[in-house]
Amino acid sequence: MSVITLSVTDLMLAAGLVVLLALLSIWMQLNLASKLVVAAMRTTVQLMLIGLVLKVLFANAQLIWVMALALFMLAVAGREVMVRQERRFGGVWGYGLGTLSMFVSAFATTVFALVFIVGTEPWYEPQYAIPLLGMMLGNTMNGVSLALDRLTTSAWQQRGVIEAHLTLGHEWRTAISAITRDSVRVGLIPIINAMAAAGIVSLPGMMTGQILSGTPPLEAVKYQILIMFMISAGTGFATMAASWIGARRLFDERCRLRLDRLTVRD
Amino acid sequence: METPGYTLCKYTISPRRAYVILRFMSRLSLIDIAVLDLQPVNIAVAEADCVCLTGPSGAGKSLLLRAVADLIPHLGDASLDDSLCSTMKPSLWRRQVGYLPSESHWWSDRVGDHFSQPHAMAFQQLGFDTDVLNWEVSRLSTGEKQRLALLRLLTNQPRALLLDEPTASLDAQGVTRVETMLGNYQQQHQVPLLWVSHDADQVERVAHRVFELQQGQVREVA
Repeated sequence: MSVITLSVTDLMLAAGLVVLLALLSIWMQLNLASKLVVAAMRTTVQLMLIGLVLKVLFANAQLIWVMALALFMLAVAGREVMVRQERRFGGVWGYGLGTLSMFVSAFATTVFALVFIVGTEPWYEPQYAIPLLGMMLGNTMNGVSLALDRLTTSAWQQRGVIEAHLTLGHEWRTAISAITRDSVRVGLIPIINAMAAAGIVSLPGMMTGQILSGTPPLEAVKYQILIMFMISAGTGFATMAASWIGARRLFDERCRLRLDRLTVRD
Repeated sequence: METPGYTLCKYTISPRRAYVILRFMSRLSLIDIAVLDLQPVNIAVAEADCVCLTGPSGAGKSLLLRAVADLIPHLGDASLDDSLCSTMKPSLWRRQVGYLPSESHWWSDRVGDHFSQPHAMAFQQLGFDTDVLNWEVSRLSTGEKQRLALLRLLTNQPRALLLDEPTASLDAQGVTRVETMLGNYQQQHQVPLLWVSHDADQVERVAHRVFELQQGQVREVA
């Protein structure tokens, strides 16, 4: 089975639809046209670049290069988590908290899947490692940023309640437990919804891609199930880690609520 | 055991809920405690003593109380009898040195969820029946909230009290009830009170000593 190769003209035709949308949005005064065009161009350039990088990487499947790309992806995901938050931790924590949680969780689950489930040879085989890690990071990034945003925003809004707990001699865990639970829940809802709707409401992108490239549907489905489980586990662990570490960081060694450790986005 | 104000036999109380009155006779000291632009403060509040803190808004009275409750970073220390705050577990310190903010906060819908050991008598003295435990917090008036917040604090049996304008939002009757409750608690347990108040009449009624906080300086005025 072979893939029908897309020519430049084919992509131009698809791009024509985006241009049409942009014209329509100018006519409707949505102020979105330039954003839309820039985003479309970014997609093109970024995907072409990663395509080139992957091509080179597949040709030189060495651990150091795979790790380098993986760490680069992690760094970008970490930045994305940070900028999406209304109130984030100041200093190194602002970047480090989300990045650390994603590193521990996404890397561990990906390596676990590569070594024990897929069993690629070598385990860092980039054709499997990079797409798997990419999907893990993309989803954990969403979970972690939603959870941290909820954690810090709620702590800010409910500082009176948190301090009411503290003044009554409760520990920081008790004082913030409702908020921590809530933020983990918020981080996990998207993947739970995705799993519940998979196949009925939506055909997941990776599976669609595999089917388009000629993989038998049942094989593609099995990979998609694997991915869904990994994503939910990875997102869950990362979200819990980020919420717990974040909650701890909101209090100092004397169990005081330290909202001054948060900085507000300009 | 002296029980002024309380007659145990008047109420039906299970032994588990028996209200044991301890005379703490404790002494609260502020030792060079300083926060933001306040000069270091030294005040010793003896057992059963009531020290009032007055001063213009924004002078730092609340900050000072919050520092004593160890809720904000500060310099210096505070002590209860011979125990320093800095060497005590924060949760233990805050249970023993009860801080009542001017506005109360509630985390659950039902009043009762905020009380670990509700005492029927204490509720009656503040003008509540124990039915109040089943009330919804959202239905409470400001005055009711503040009185219940005080009650919630007192069920911890604190050995000292830090009061930040505890009656600011209450009507005359509410003010009297809270002052009576505080007075009784202080008398029974012989605890020191550090009381921030704007109300000159109240200061007159409750204070044994008065300190004024102005431009970062604390001085004794009465």
